[in-house]
Amino acid sequence: MSTAKPKVAFYWCASCGGCEESIVDLAEDILKVVEAVDIVFWPVALDFKKKDVEAMEDGSIAVSFINGAIRLSEQEEMVKLLRKKSQLVVAHGSCSHLGGIPGLGNFWNKETIFRRAYQTTPSTDNPEGTVPLEKTEIDGKELYLPRFYDTVLSLDQVIDVDYYLPGCAPPRDLILNAITAILEGKLPAKGSVLSPNKSVCDECDRNETKPEKLSIKEIKRPWEVELDPEKCFLAQGVICMGPATRTGCGQRCIEANMPCRGCFGPTDQVYDQGAKFLSALASILDTNDEKEIEKIVETIVDPAGTFYRFSLPSSILRRRRMEAIK
Amino acid sequence: MNKRITIDPITRLEGHGKIEIFLDDKGDVEKAFLQIPELRGFEQFAVGRPAEEMPRITPRICGVCPTAHHMASTKALDDLFHIEPTPTAKMIRELIYNAFQFEDHTLHFFFLGGPDFVVGPQAPAAERNILGVIGKAGLEAGKKVIRARREARDIITYLGGKVIHPVCGLPGGVSKGLDEEHRVQFLETAKFTIEFAQFALQIFDDVVLKNKEYVDVVVGDAYKIVTYYMGLVDENNKVNFYDGDIRVVDPEGKEFVKFKARDYLNHVSEHVEPWTYIKFPFLKNIGWKGFIEGKESGIYRVAPLARLNVSDGMATPLAQEHYERMYETLGGKPVHNTLAFHWARLIEALQAAESMVKLLENKDIIDPNIRNIPTETPDEGVGVVEAPRGTLFHHYKTDARGIITEANLIVATVNNAAAINMSIEKAAKAFIKGGKVSEGLLNMAEMAFRPYDPCHACGTHALPGDMPLIINIYNKDKELIKQLKRP
Repeated sequence: MSTAKPKVAFYWCASCGGCEESIVDLAEDILKVVEAVDIVFWPVALDFKKKDVEAMEDGSIAVSFINGAIRLSEQEEMVKLLRKKSQLVVAHGSCSHLGGIPGLGNFWNKETIFRRAYQTTPSTDNPEGTVPLEKTEIDGKELYLPRFYDTVLSLDQVIDVDYYLPGCAPPRDLILNAITAILEGKLPAKGSVLSPNKSVCDECDRNETKPEKLSIKEIKRPWEVELDPEKCFLAQGVICMGPATRTGCGQRCIEANMPCRGCFGPTDQVYDQGAKFLSALASILDTNDEKEIEKIVETIVDPAGTFYRFSLPSSILRRRRMEAIK
Repeated sequence: MNKRITIDPITRLEGHGKIEIFLDDKGDVEKAFLQIPELRGFEQFAVGRPAEEMPRITPRICGVCPTAHHMASTKALDDLFHIEPTPTAKMIRELIYNAFQFEDHTLHFFFLGGPDFVVGPQAPAAERNILGVIGKAGLEAGKKVIRARREARDIITYLGGKVIHPVCGLPGGVSKGLDEEHRVQFLETAKFTIEFAQFALQIFDDVVLKNKEYVDVVVGDAYKIVTYYMGLVDENNKVNFYDGDIRVVDPEGKEFVKFKARDYLNHVSEHVEPWTYIKFPFLKNIGWKGFIEGKESGIYRVAPLARLNVSDGMATPLAQEHYERMYETLGGKPVHNTLAFHWARLIEALQAAESMVKLLENKDIIDPNIRNIPTETPDEGVGVVEAPRGTLFHHYKTDARGIITEANLIVATVNNAAAINMSIEKAAKAFIKGGKVSEGLLNMAEMAFRPYDPCHACGTHALPGDMPLIINIYNKDKELIKQLKRP
């Protein structure tokens, strides 16, 4: 006798497992969720297999929460399968939303990553130059591995995504709100990011100490200065992605006296998070002199890796052109 | 053509693993492989990043043990910038770290590996999960587990900003201090964690040690492999999660070598196979001899049982009592029985709890001096901690501005990769004979890897879960002749 409970699936791609952990961190509330839904696929926790998903009717899963970026062929296959079987797909966490930290791999490619992992790391002892292969044969036995892509993709670069649950990892209340909204059918427009459309600065406690007109003469790195626990980081000359980042996280990192690194991605009005931050930073540099601007810019280290820390695959940059470094 | 049995995926560990078992013509197991079909490339995309961002990037290797990466990375920064943390900063880091060991070990015993024991290796699949554990141990026990983990994780959240991917580590210190109000509150939590850890050990005693059938499985040959062991020890050779020197003992328990973090490259090498994305660390000075047990093979193990094997004891008194009891019960040191990892894990959780109380009873922990600002030019640094799942090495090289030019990471479970393969093959050989495959096999094979609490690039943690296994048996013409499912 089938129940009327909506079916829910969870899956992870190139993921750290933190988004799985974020579900477990619902603690007692997860029991209420489990009562309200039927979890039909969650490889980390339950015994359903790819075969079971294949056997389901198309669209029979009410919602699939998919976390992790797309790095290998197996992940692309799985998310395409889940898309077919699901009414709604939610990109869960920064990696599926934007590409996330694995997206930093887009400064490199398969060849450079393999070379580092399997040849040049100082502890690796591999004189034969062995590398993982999609197909290996040992004594007549065939073994298979999925293909490693040159470029990391966000989920919506591979399948149609209905909603985005941002953050690395998304906080508890955002997850609960999302699940509740889905169960009650009270979702916003398709394609929405399920977090308020305001910036981190708008909700930050330190906003009161953010001066009217920021003027930075020099950028300081967090390790080299005392960090005032009450003053806006940018006012201290420390890069903080707050102006270019959507809120909803509770400013958790700032509460621990460290600057924001942008894991929630941009607000709706912003097309490219890194470009937005670059523009915000430019407007608070205290100089009109070109030579001085150059000097200040010298103090900004790793701009691409900082402004696009979580969003490189989904940005207008997308990836580095490898021919530029050959 | 040989028969092939595929177990895909395996569960209650890192999600992307599959086991391939090959039978010979008699239907006995000839070979087994655990393939890890995943790689992300942290060692390459670290290049170009500011070194101080590594404690915020590397936790994304694993969202279950992010604190291990955060701490190893922060210690690598101390070394890189030639700076020591202030005494209070060190205490805060140790508090966070012990809270993390406690809650992560607790998670594993109750949600992941423990159900095999508490509910039983032959119990119905549907019961081998946290609900089955609660059924056996009681609902109050379940509530205690949730509360203990939540309160310990709240300590990490307060000091680290986020419990999934903490942010507070800096070279020479931490970004946030502790005040008296929270010291008192967390001390209450810490005292509760001691009570809880003892409660968990009591469950292990009641359910496992008092059951002869389980004890036979623990001491039996199917789950035993003879290897070297590695772990961090303090200046008294006692177990330490946060700091110390790396000690290796041979299969007879004799110290083989003790080295400082910076010297790791003289002692640890990694082997590559074409059929998996993971590498296989081994002792450089013994050498890679293949997937072989014994003193002549460079394979070593890490994580709870290994840490207890390499040490001269626990660093805290209550844990020490249980350490002595374990070795007495299992016939002396070192213990090679893989299932004993579960016991050792609970003993470690107790030490972590006792350590938290000790730290929080010391008022130095609320001292406001939590940072030394580096003044020297960064160049190269190594940071090593004991992650719950094994010895974790972070090694960075930078230019004069502290931008990463090279990174090398040897990550906890990876140290056990060869041993896990061997354990699976040995268990498969012990239980699959004459082509007979049964439901019992499904659990027995998984019980071979679960004690290691593997976390290959991710962690896992479970809610109610059955073993998701399908076994396809093909004849020599590659026709499917039988399929076994575990529901």
